[in-house]
Formats: sequence, structure tokens, C-alpha cells
Amino acid sequence: MSTAVVDYSREEPVIAGTPTAGEIDAVVSAPLDRLPARTWWIALSVTLTMLAIGGACVGATLWYGLGVWGVNQPVSWGIDIVNFVFWVGIGHAGTLISAILFLLRQRWRNGIARFAEAMTIFAVMCAGIFPLLHTGRQWLPLYLTPYPNQHALWVNFTSPLLWDVFAVSTYFTVSAVFWYLGLVPDLATLRDRTIQPVKKVVYSVLSLGWRHSNRHWHHFERAYLILAGFATPLVLSVHTIVSFDFAVSVIPGWHTTIFPPYFVAGAVFSGFAMVQNCLIVVRQMFDLKHLITLDTLEKMNKVMILTGSMVGYAYGMEFFIAWYSGSQFEMFVFVNRALGPYAWAYWTMVTCNVVFPQLFWFKRFRRSIPLMFVIAVLVNVGMWFERFVIVVTSLSRDFLPSSWGHYVPSMYDIGIFIGSLGLFFTLILLFVRTLPVISLAEIKAVSPGAQPGHH
Amino acid sequence: MEKPLYSLTALFSTPDALMHAVEATVKAGYTKYDVHSPYPVHGMERAMRLKTSPLGYFALAFGLLGAVSAVGFMTWVTLIDYPLVIGGKPFWSWPAFVPIAFEITVLLASVLTVVAMFVIFFKFPNNSHPLHDTPYMKRVSSDGFGISIQREDPLFDEAGVRQFLASVEGTDIAPVYFEEDPADHGQKLFDLRFVGLLAGVAIVVAGTTYFSLNSLMYVQPFSWMMEQAKQKPQAPSLLFKDGIGMRPPVQGSVARGFLPYAFKGRPEDAGKMLANPLLPTAAVLDRGRSSYLTFCSPCHGNFGRGDSRLAGQFPNPPTLHSEKVRNWPDGSLYHVITEGQNVMPSYAAQITRDNRWAVVHYIRVLQRAHFAKESDLK
Repeated sequence: MSTAVVDYSREEPVIAGTPTAGEIDAVVSAPLDRLPARTWWIALSVTLTMLAIGGACVGATLWYGLGVWGVNQPVSWGIDIVNFVFWVGIGHAGTLISAILFLLRQRWRNGIARFAEAMTIFAVMCAGIFPLLHTGRQWLPLYLTPYPNQHALWVNFTSPLLWDVFAVSTYFTVSAVFWYLGLVPDLATLRDRTIQPVKKVVYSVLSLGWRHSNRHWHHFERAYLILAGFATPLVLSVHTIVSFDFAVSVIPGWHTTIFPPYFVAGAVFSGFAMVQNCLIVVRQMFDLKHLITLDTLEKMNKVMILTGSMVGYAYGMEFFIAWYSGSQFEMFVFVNRALGPYAWAYWTMVTCNVVFPQLFWFKRFRRSIPLMFVIAVLVNVGMWFERFVIVVTSLSRDFLPSSWGHYVPSMYDIGIFIGSLGLFFTLILLFVRTLPVISLAEIKAVSPGAQPGHH
Repeated sequence: MEKPLYSLTALFSTPDALMHAVEATVKAGYTKYDVHSPYPVHGMERAMRLKTSPLGYFALAFGLLGAVSAVGFMTWVTLIDYPLVIGGKPFWSWPAFVPIAFEITVLLASVLTVVAMFVIFFKFPNNSHPLHDTPYMKRVSSDGFGISIQREDPLFDEAGVRQFLASVEGTDIAPVYFEEDPADHGQKLFDLRFVGLLAGVAIVVAGTTYFSLNSLMYVQPFSWMMEQAKQKPQAPSLLFKDGIGMRPPVQGSVARGFLPYAFKGRPEDAGKMLANPLLPTAAVLDRGRSSYLTFCSPCHGNFGRGDSRLAGQFPNPPTLHSEKVRNWPDGSLYHVITEGQNVMPSYAAQITRDNRWAVVHYIRVLQRAHFAKESDLK
């Protein structure tokens, strides 16, 4: 076995080669200035079709009511809630990359942070659709907010469902502000590059008149640090609170204290898989291979193997605690998950989430783009099924065998999920053509020779 | 007219050259200058002798504001405005307030800090700064590094600054002029005309929306369950031949509490056969009193003495304290209330069966009170 000596005192360069700042500007803003390629239009037509399918199913839900969904007693939380948790989880990778890796001084994040943050925002938008539809009175979302009303009633501040409303809306707002904060200097760069008068006005308004002044950068960096500091506990709190929706109830299989860390690890896991999938396509499409390097993708695979193993540990620990608790219902729920009517979903989840990511222990697989793409897709499938297993198996067979049921999603359920995928990828496609997918200022700051030597 | 000068600018090719130039600028004593670079250059705040950004204190203040207002609001709601027992927990279940208090803290601290930085610190939005659209700005926003020394600096003299910038190896030394009046290049966010424009837009949009929704077309977005497929009382119906929605009850049906009276026109039998089904409890007497005062007292008087204000206008209503009435059995009193007697009409429609019996009890109370004995007072 050959042992290559690695010099850890020297930081690996984040980007390949030594592109000048002007070249970085040119390559990143190129997609913004030329007409989209044919493949982009094909992709957009596919995602818009998916969006239209979802729109039709949402329309049917609004018109006929929730009866068109597959939900009923005892499984009143169907794949709508599965999708909600899935999408919120996808969003978590963005904040992890932009905030937590920033605080940990992981400079390789600079190339992918912008894209991951955009993905966070789009994923939370997709997530928001489902609880709203699930309420069944989709014209009364105002009731979720504490506003003074003639009933003199307030919302129930002790309910996890209300915590969820606050957590998800705060998460969306703070992510959007964080994203916009990073965009302001880039928009100013675009403003000074563009020759089209309309774009010039739009970029001028959006960049607020940013002047790249170091008197401003000084505050800007502090604000960025503060926001990263706030976003870090925020992102941990959001999926913790989502897990409280389950953990605070008394349903066997939900009522466990492992849920918050287990959910957060799963969220980061699925989010990294989604970022991985999108970035592989984007760097291919827009010639960004030297800015989003294979080294960066490899580092993401390492995060995936870590979080995937944490999720696998949680699966095992759930079984142990169910047995250790001595509660007949808990024990039954977990035996039922592995061997009951939804065993196929359970084993899909285990295979995709625990088994396949283990391939990343091998450097050859970690650095193979086709393989990591396939594994990332499988992880997304597996993480969707994880939420399905949690939501559906616990509800369908709880305490009384006389009130057991079997849940099958209707075509409207599935259609709305397809629609949310369509919305997500449509927004991604629009994003990559309208805003710089890589933070210009951040990538310039970490390119070789960008910082002065020691004085 | 010559445009007023804003500053002299110079470009540098590398961050190291910029750093040297900035150190020289500070050494030379210039204070009104700025340094521009496409990304934050490490160590620049030290070279420029900038004080630590106070944004952290702003974030702390906004965060505390969020925490205090969230906890305060939830406390007010659950303790003062609308206390509700939820899940058998105390009203002030503070552990359950932690998630929302945390979220509001983060929300206010992050959003307001960014807003404060842009609006208060940077005086943004401001797209009319003299540096905008200069060749200098186009360079420093992409790959250039530059210093701009402003005319308002007390040490500024054009030739001297030019010479200084050249001496630190600055290239492309160029003057930047104000586009128009120097007083007119600041932040315009709170400009009266801009605020007025916003207010105008708000009024026009709100007015147009109101007019078009309420007058142009009547739109009822959600019917709030007011439109329901059900038969309302008195409304017609196409379902039946006669077009009447309300159906007569089936022959012989009896409404609840309205059994037919068995002793019609047989007062003697009623007196003999009927007994008061109610016990004279306080609740029954209260009901009797209430019905008596409503229906009986206008003629018989509040105390049954036959002395109401109607006395003299009709054949005088009789007292209920006569020998005859006192000796009647309960059934006879009930019969008179139910059927009426002489000019007194039937009260069966006004007073329910049970309440008639309660009135009978109350009349017994009035009679006993009227002829109270010494022993009753003990």
C-alpha cells in the first residue's frame, strides 16, 4: 500500500488553475448574456409540464377538497407531509454549506454556496405548498398567524405545528436575506459589466448602489459573519422543530427523543445529495469545472458518507430503543416496519441510505462523477422513503388493531409531488440563467494570489 | 459650467500594491479617501485603521428585542388576554415558548441587522453616487484595485494628490466629477418625492383593487359555507309537487312536550285525576315565578291579589287567595291555566306543560305567604 505524504500545513487551492478575476466574471456571467441553449429549453419544457401536472392536481384539490387525496383515518398524514419534510430537508444543505462551513472556514464552500443557498430557498418554497394544502381550508392561512381578530382568539403557542409555522417562515426569510446579502456585490459587478439598458436598470436597483468600497466590505464581512452565526442554530432548529411535529405526539414510532438529531442528519444528507445532483449538471452545462472542482464534489461525498452513517446509526438505535423500552406497541411498530405491509418501502430506504453511500469509502468511487450522480439520486429516493416509512407505517398500525388501515396515495397526491419537483427544477433553471450561480466576490477572494502577502 | 470635482482615483494591479498604497495614504495624512476592490482584501481594515464594525451590537440589540417581544407577547396572551388550559399544563408553559422565542430572535436579529447595515451605515439605496458608471468603478467591480481620494479632504490639492498617487505606483489616475449638484447625490430613500410616489402608488393600487372587486365585478372569493345545498325554512322547493319546502308532519305526530290535554272541558275530572309531577324545589319555584310574573301577573297582580294595573278596565280579575282557590286541588289550577275560564283565555300555547305545573307550585307559595303563620317564620 503506497502512502502518499500529504502536507497539511498548506491549504489545497479551491479552484483549478489560475483564472484572472476578469475570466471568472466572464465565465460565470456568460449564461446570463447569451440565449439559452436548446438543452435548456428542453429541460424547461419538461419541468413546466411537471409543474402543470401539479397545478392541475392542486386545482382539483382546491375544487373538490381533500377527498381526492388518499388520506383518511387512520392515516391522515399522507405523502403531503412526507413531501413537506422531504423538501424542508433538501433545503438544509444550502444553509449548512453557506453558514456552518463558513464558520468552520471551509473555503471550498465558496464555489457552491450560492447555488446551495438558492436551492434552499426554492426547496422551502416547495415545502410550503404541502402544509398549506393539507389544512383543507387553503384560503385561511391567516389563521396560522397570531393576528388580532374579532374572536379575540390567539394561536396555540404551545403546539409544535405552530412552532413549525414560525420555524419554516423564519428559515425562508433568513435564507433569502442571507442569499441576497451575498448577491449584492455580484449584482453590482453585473451592473458594471452589462451593456443592455434594461438589465442595467434592474441590476442597479437590485444592487442598491454597491460600490465595492472597503469601508463597506468591512461592515459587510461582519454582517455576513453575524448572519452565518444566526443561520447555524436556525438550520438546526428548523428540522428539530419539524421532528417535534412527530416526537411530541404519542404515536408509537414517533414518540422518540432521537428524532431531532436524526432528522437534522437526514436533512443534511438528502440536501447534499440534491446539491450534488444539480451541481454535476450545472458545472457540465456552463463550463464551470475549474471553479466547482472534482475535489469539491469529493468533499461533498465525504459529508454524505458521514451523515448517511449517522442516519444508519439512527435506524439501528430506533430498533434497540424499541426493544429496550419494553413497550409492546413500540416493539410492534418496528417489527411491522421491517416485515409488515410497507416492508418494501423500509428496505428501499435502508438500501439507498445506508448501503449505497458506503461505496464512498473508496476514493475511486468518490471521484467518479457518473457513480456519485447515481448514488445521490438513490439517496434522494431513500430519504423520501425514510419520511414515508416514518409517517405512514406509524399511523397505519398504531394501538388498536381494529382501527388499523392501509394507505395508498391517490393520483392527485402523486401529481402534486411531481408538481413540486417541477416547481423546484423550473426555479433552478430560471436561476442559472438570471443570476450568477457562483459567488463572484467569494470565488475571487479564494483564487490564487487574491490576498496580499504578509505585511 | 465646469462640473465640481469629487475625487481623484488611481488603480493598482495587485492586492499587494494596493496594500502598500493604502499604508502610504494613511501615512500621508489623508482621511477622506476610500479603497475599492472586487472582494474584501484581508488586512485592509487594519491598514485603513478602521474601527471594529459595531454591527455586532446592533445584532445583539435586535436579537434581544425579538426575544423580549416574543416572550412578552406570548406571556400576555396566555396569562392576561385569553388564558386557556391546554393539555392540563400551567397557563405560563414557558418551555413551550422557547421555539417561537428563538425563531423571532433570529428573524429580527438577522433581517434588521442587514437592513440597518444597508440603510443606516451605507445610506443605500443610492445609485447616484459620483463613482457610479465611471471607468474606475467598472474596473474595481471586476478585477481592479483602486484608491479614491476625495476633494473634501483637508489636505486635498489636485496636483499634490496626483503626484502622491503616481508616487505609490498608481496607474490610470483620473478625476471623478459630480454629475450635477454635489448636494444631490445622497441616499434618496427618504426623499419626500420618493415617499410621495410610494404613497401615491399605494393609494392608486388599493383604490383600483377596491373599485374593480366591489363595483366593476362582484367577486366572492370564498363563500365561507354560506352557500349550502340544504332546504331553509319557509323557502320553496322544486322537489315537491306543491312547491313548498316545509312539509306538514305525518298525521298523528306529536311534537316533543306537546301531548294533547286529556281533560278538555272536564275541570272536575282534572282536579281529581291530575297531580303535580314536579317537586317544589328552588329551581322549579324560580321557573314558576318567572312564568307567573310574565303571563299571570298582568291581571292577577304580582302577589296574586287581583290588584294589577288592569283592575277597573276589565271585569276585575279575581284574587288567588280566595277560599275557593285555596281549596282547589293542584289539578284544577292546572286546568284553568291550560283551558282558561270565563274571560281568561288558555295559556297552553304560551306556557309549556312543565312550566304550568311550576306556576301552580308558585301560586301555592304566594298563598302560603299571604296567610303566613307564626310557625312559618321560624
